[in-house]
Amino acid sequence: MISTVIKVLKSEGLEKILEIGVGIGELQDIDLETFKFALMQLRPDYLKDAEFKFKIVKTRLRCRVCGHEWSPRRDELDEGVREAIHFIPEISHAYLKCPRCGSIDFDIIDGRGVWLEYVRGKR
Amino acid sequence: MGSELKDVRLSVIDERIKSVKNVIAVSSGKGGVGKSLVASALSLTLARRGYRVGLFDIDFTSPSTHIILDVGESRPIEDRGIVPPKIHGISYMSITYYSEDKPTPLRGVDFSNALIELMAITRWGDLDFLVVDMPPGISDATLDIIRLIKRSKFLIVTTPSKLAFETVKKLIKLLSDLRVEIIGIVENMKIRKSDFIKLNAEELGIRYLGGINFDENLEDALGDVGRFSKTQFFRGIEEIAEELLKALASRA
Repeated sequence: MISTVIKVLKSEGLEKILEIGVGIGELQDIDLETFKFALMQLRPDYLKDAEFKFKIVKTRLRCRVCGHEWSPRRDELDEGVREAIHFIPEISHAYLKCPRCGSIDFDIIDGRGVWLEYVRGKR
Repeated sequence: MGSELKDVRLSVIDERIKSVKNVIAVSSGKGGVGKSLVASALSLTLARRGYRVGLFDIDFTSPSTHIILDVGESRPIEDRGIVPPKIHGISYMSITYYSEDKPTPLRGVDFSNALIELMAITRWGDLDFLVVDMPPGISDATLDIIRLIKRSKFLIVTTPSKLAFETVKKLIKLLSDLRVEIIGIVENMKIRKSDFIKLNAEELGIRYLGGINFDENLEDALGDVGRFSKTQFFRGIEEIAEELLKALASRA
C-alpha cells in the first residue's frame, strides 16, 4: 500500500501527499485499529503528515443461478471460517450459499479487497 | 490510476518470493497424469538432498498433495502474513488449510483472486526451490503463474498416451511463444516400452527427463511418506531429480 502511494507520488510528480483514501472490503474482515496502527508504523517520514481516510465497503453477493443479491451477516459464520475468508475471500464459496436457492455459484460484487481509493497531494 | 497500481497485492507478491531461487511449476495437459505425485516426490527428494524446498499446491478445486504427504494437524502460523508449516522438511502451503474438505468450485476471476491472496500473504523465506503443483489443463492457473512469477520454469508431466501428449503439445507451444522456460518433460505411468514421448518431445526441443513405469504399489503408499519413499515411482523421481538438477545447472 505504502509503496503504491510512493509510486503514485513519483508518477504524478507530487511534492507532498495530503490525504490517502483506503478502501476496505467488509469481506476481508480487517480489524481497522490494527490496520491503522500498521500503516502508521510502516509509512516513511515524508508521508507522516498524510491523513488516512478509510472507507468500508459492505459485502454484496449475487447468485449466478437465480440472480438474488444479498449481504451475508458477519454472525452467520463461526470465527474459524471468518478467519479463512479474511485470508482468502474466495473461500466464501466453500461456506456461503444463496439464501434463496441454496447455490454456491455467486459473484462477489462488492466487499473484497483492500485498495488505494485515491491520493490527494500537492505539486 | 491504472488498476495495476491500485492492486497493492501484486507488489507484495514479488517481495514474498524474492528469496526463492527457482520456481518450478509442475504442469500437464490432461489431468490424472500424476502431477501431484511428481510434485510431492520431487519436493521430498530435493529436501533430502539438503535443498531448502517449498511445495505450493495451487490445484484449489482438487488438491491432493495434503493426502500424499499426510499433513495431519499442521497449520500455517500467522506472523506478519502466514508462514507455511514444515512437512517432512518441506515448507508446505495448500488451500486446504482454509477450505478443509469442503468443495470449493472457483470460476476464473475467483481462482485468480484466491491465488493472488494466498501468494500475497505467504512468507516463503529463503528457498532453493519452490515446487508449484498446478491444476490440470491450460487455463487460469497457467496464465496466472506466468504473469505473477515471471521467472517460473515449467516441468511437464505426461502419460505415454497420444491423448495426453496432444494437450502437452499445446502447452509447449504456449510456453514457448511466451518465452517461458521449460525444464523438461516426465513420462509417467509407462506400461510398455515406447519412445513415442521421448522422440516427440525432443523433436519439439524439450528435454526428456525420464520415464517412470506404472507402479501398482503406489496407491497403498499414499499418506505414508516412509512407504512412498520406497516405491519404484519414488526411485524413478530420484533419477529424474538428478536430470533436472543437471538441466538447471547447464542453463545457469
